[in-house]
Amino acid sequence: MVNIIDLHKSFGKNVVLSGVDLNTDQGGIYAILGPNGSGKTTLIKSILGMVLPKKGTIEVLGENIKIDSAYRNHIDYLPQIANFPNNIKVKELIRMIKDLRGAKNTNEENLIRRFQLEPFLNKKLGNLSGGTKQKVNIVLTFMFDRPLIILDEPTTGLDPIALIQLKELIRIEKDKGKTILITSHIMSFVEEISDEIVFLLEGTIYFKGTIAALKEKTEQPNFEHAIASILSKHHA
Amino acid sequence: MLKILKYSFFDLMRSRWSYVYLLFYLLLGIVLLFLNNDLSKAIITLMNVIIVLIPLIGTVFGIMYHYNSTEFTQLLLAQPLKRSTIFLGQYLGVALSLSLSLVIGLGIPFAFYGLFYSDAIWDFSLLLVTGAFLTLIFVALAFNIALSNENKIKGFGYAILMWLFLAVIYDGLFLMSLVFFEDYPLDKASLIGSMLNPIDLSRILILLKLDISALLGYTGAVFKSFFGTNLGLFLSLGCLVLWVILPVWRLIYVSKRKDF
Repeated sequence: MVNIIDLHKSFGKNVVLSGVDLNTDQGGIYAILGPNGSGKTTLIKSILGMVLPKKGTIEVLGENIKIDSAYRNHIDYLPQIANFPNNIKVKELIRMIKDLRGAKNTNEENLIRRFQLEPFLNKKLGNLSGGTKQKVNIVLTFMFDRPLIILDEPTTGLDPIALIQLKELIRIEKDKGKTILITSHIMSFVEEISDEIVFLLEGTIYFKGTIAALKEKTEQPNFEHAIASILSKHHA
Repeated sequence: MLKILKYSFFDLMRSRWSYVYLLFYLLLGIVLLFLNNDLSKAIITLMNVIIVLIPLIGTVFGIMYHYNSTEFTQLLLAQPLKRSTIFLGQYLGVALSLSLSLVIGLGIPFAFYGLFYSDAIWDFSLLLVTGAFLTLIFVALAFNIALSNENKIKGFGYAILMWLFLAVIYDGLFLMSLVFFEDYPLDKASLIGSMLNPIDLSRILILLKLDISALLGYTGAVFKSFFGTNLGLFLSLGCLVLWVILPVWRLIYVSKRKDF
């Protein structure tokens, strides 16, 4: 699905990614983890073509992403901060994104019901709370049914009910055989849903594999401690 | 691109500020036309207001729109759209909605005044065309500044400085240099000097059309004697077009190479 070869990126003197190789051909849910500033968002934005790599190639569904912007048709992306134009209504925003992507078959009704957004459809986005905006963000992401889903901190601001709904939704999408990339700081969430961990540290992939393999490698019985042990070992 | 343009345009059309801007021109037009019995004087006053104010409003609106829509732009960048499409669409959305406020705001009082039956219609249309050009130019310059500066305060500061420089300081420096180098032939230097500032260029363009030699000033007079009225008009219009094309080209160039 996504194939990254020797990806390098720096902002000025600050080297963020130095030689990342990643292949997600088996499908499933990949959790991209790492301490703050380890390049998680840069990696995701490189896949989306928002950050231009210094070196290396990225292929999405076999297409080199440098050539054409049309590959983004295959991606559903949930950005980290959901901030929309304040003047327009939820309903209009949904219609607008549909129009911009030129998509006909969308399942936003289901998603609106799932997250109980009906009372907000005619409200302006400027008047919504952070959590409700995030729900709208989720609807905008999941309504297109594309093979690759990228979620950047999807749990931000969600209440427990919405969180349960989100997990269920992610599982449904996974069962359709999609590839899902997630970044999150909530370890319990990651442990619950992800099939594979991609751990970024100082610009390279320090560990890639299942949670069980990570526990074995670090000799820790608990996932959160396993992550913490990588970090402390590295800083020691 | 048309879709982005449409949405940016309607987004701005719903904002209160577009209407404040429109209302301002309505009031200005009404006051100048109906409380003043000399039409050519009204047009000159209007010109002076337009030439200073349009660049300021274009700059401020352009820079604010760009910074306010940062997150939304990021959402658009993740969609299957080209970068040039997104930024050109947003640029045209802002520039066109501002131009529309100008044309409607001044057009309505002029229409009521009965301008369509008078000879001044051409002077007036030129005023509007120049105003539209200034909007296009300064929104493009503002977008350029915003795109090159992630820091909002810095970007805003640079934009206001740019306006201040082109609207006020440039003329002062220009005059001072004319006085300083008065022993040398200055025709060509002053011609080039006025072409390098879109505000000066617009002033000369309008004054050439109005044919008021007393107000032309040194550069205007040089312009007129050098090119004659008609060629001067075309040339200054051509320069204004260049002033639109170059910043828009840079806008596309920079946006393609930027990390978001």
